[in-house]
Amino acid sequence: MSDVVLAGVSVAYDGAPVVCDLDLSVASGEWLALIGPNGAGKTTILRAIARLVPFRGAISIGSRAVTELSSREVARQVAVLVQEPQMPVGMTVSQYVLLGRAPHLGYLGKESARDRGIVRDVVRRLSMEELASRPLDRLSGGERQRAAIARALAQQAPVLLIDEPTSSLDVGRQQSVLELIDQLRREQELTVIAAMHELTLAGQYADRLALLVDGRLAAVGPAAEVLTERAITEHYRAQVRVIQMNGSGTAVVPVRS
Amino acid sequence: MTATVTVSVVSERPAALAGMPRLPWPWAAAGLGALVICCAVGVLVGPVHIGVGAVVQALIGGQVDPGQANILWSLRFPRVVLGVLVGGTLAVSGAAYQGVFRNPLADPYLLGAAAGANLGATLAIAFAPGTSILGVNIIPLAAFVGAGAAVAGAYALGRSVTGLRSATGLILAGVAIAAFFNSIQSYVQQTQTASIRQVYSWILGRLVTAGWDDVLLILPYVILSAAAIFVHRRLLDALTLGEDEVTSLGIPVRRVRLIVVVAATLGTAAVVAVAGTIAFVGIIVPHAIRLLIGRSYRVVIPLSMLFGAAFLVLADAGARTVVAPAELPIGVITAFLGAPFFIAVMRSTRAAAL
Repeated sequence: MSDVVLAGVSVAYDGAPVVCDLDLSVASGEWLALIGPNGAGKTTILRAIARLVPFRGAISIGSRAVTELSSREVARQVAVLVQEPQMPVGMTVSQYVLLGRAPHLGYLGKESARDRGIVRDVVRRLSMEELASRPLDRLSGGERQRAAIARALAQQAPVLLIDEPTSSLDVGRQQSVLELIDQLRREQELTVIAAMHELTLAGQYADRLALLVDGRLAAVGPAAEVLTERAITEHYRAQVRVIQMNGSGTAVVPVRS
Repeated sequence: MTATVTVSVVSERPAALAGMPRLPWPWAAAGLGALVICCAVGVLVGPVHIGVGAVVQALIGGQVDPGQANILWSLRFPRVVLGVLVGGTLAVSGAAYQGVFRNPLADPYLLGAAAGANLGATLAIAFAPGTSILGVNIIPLAAFVGAGAAVAGAYALGRSVTGLRSATGLILAGVAIAAFFNSIQSYVQQTQTASIRQVYSWILGRLVTAGWDDVLLILPYVILSAAAIFVHRRLLDALTLGEDEVTSLGIPVRRVRLIVVVAATLGTAAVVAVAGTIAFVGIIVPHAIRLLIGRSYRVVIPLSMLFGAAFLVLADAGARTVVAPAELPIGVITAFLGAPFFIAVMRSTRAAAL
């Protein structure tokens, strides 16, 4: 239904190639983590899927090519959570979440009682009722991330693209944000594609990992296959130990020689 | 049984969610009240004493002294109405520019409208005083054309340099165009010393009218501009998100920006053409509303219309009385009243950021 398929996708910024001839398919309801060193093209791939950047090749969502959709139709299929969402000063959480309804509204953005109801349900689902009338600039980092997720959920798009969902959060909040995303994914059968920095967490939450290096796919598969000491040493230029934890995923631990 | 039914009905009825954006009605009523009071002051203040009774009689078509009726209908009413149109338009255009450019210091003159209007008016005053085209005085026409030409020039320049990818390019183009137009204007002003006083008074702004001509001249543009900005108020809220975020919500960002900027420019050019370049209204009024009432454009746009109109009518009443029988340029009053009020608002609210 909402599978995402990239075939021969290339993106260049001002002539410099950032993503080269990429083939990747993500099944409906799957969580795929994009991993790779800085500048490998993770964010660019997300931007291409959301059609925020021109690309060559073909990207389809639910077997419809994104290039054939209007930008409003794309927004109904794909919700984007950028790495550092703008939190407009003085805007309340409710109003912010309501912006997620934009792709379902007419040109002038007039919302109906139904849209307000959806916003209310989403805010309640994320246990943010207490914060509903609080301005965004008075939220903590974790609360902001939840508000951004709420806005993406209000969009009711089957595909959720997330850029570094846990940067600047402490380890406890990283886990709770990822748990929340995973729960929502199962409840609402979302397809999640997330660029992730934390390799251990990526392996624990994603069904598959795609390792990108210089805009090309170096490896794709389950964590145990992709997160190898050899691959990480080679591509990240890092000293690591990879430890298989019984039933708890693959831990990537930096070591100092 | 009955009790159970009642309880379930109550619990199923969804409670309204707090924090949803809406225009606070008490403030809207206060704005209307302020506008009515300021208009009353504007009508009552003047060298000839006219009582409230006579004004009411004139408005409802009753018996009024013909001399007083003449003063009211040909001087005071049109002047107050012009003040409403000019003040409301400048405040709303300022709010719109601030929203589109995401810049708190943006005012309606940001893209060179003032510089263009000043140049047009200066040329008309210096070289073709007293001329009219199709029954309309040439000064407002020249100012209107000058304002439009400056903004169009800034737009073309910004587009050719940055392809409109960033608002900064457009703002810088506006700064460059304004500087260029100002230099020509200064040159003309200095070389045509006979008209320097008239030019100077035009630049500082005034609401001098004789009859309804100016009101009717700008009315269509003002209505069109205000209506276009008003219906885009929710989208201006969406524009406060980051570029990628707004685009990923399926909002046609560039089209929205273009429509709002064109509308704000049209209204500004129209009011500048008849009233000169009155300063500060477009910055002070929207920001005072943001600081005191709310930052959503659903609040800022309608309340800017009301309070901007009220403020300018009041400032004009001051401009007419402070050094009566002479008149002060209204820009002097808007800045003199506006700046301390604005500072007081900033100090009394713990403004997180402007």
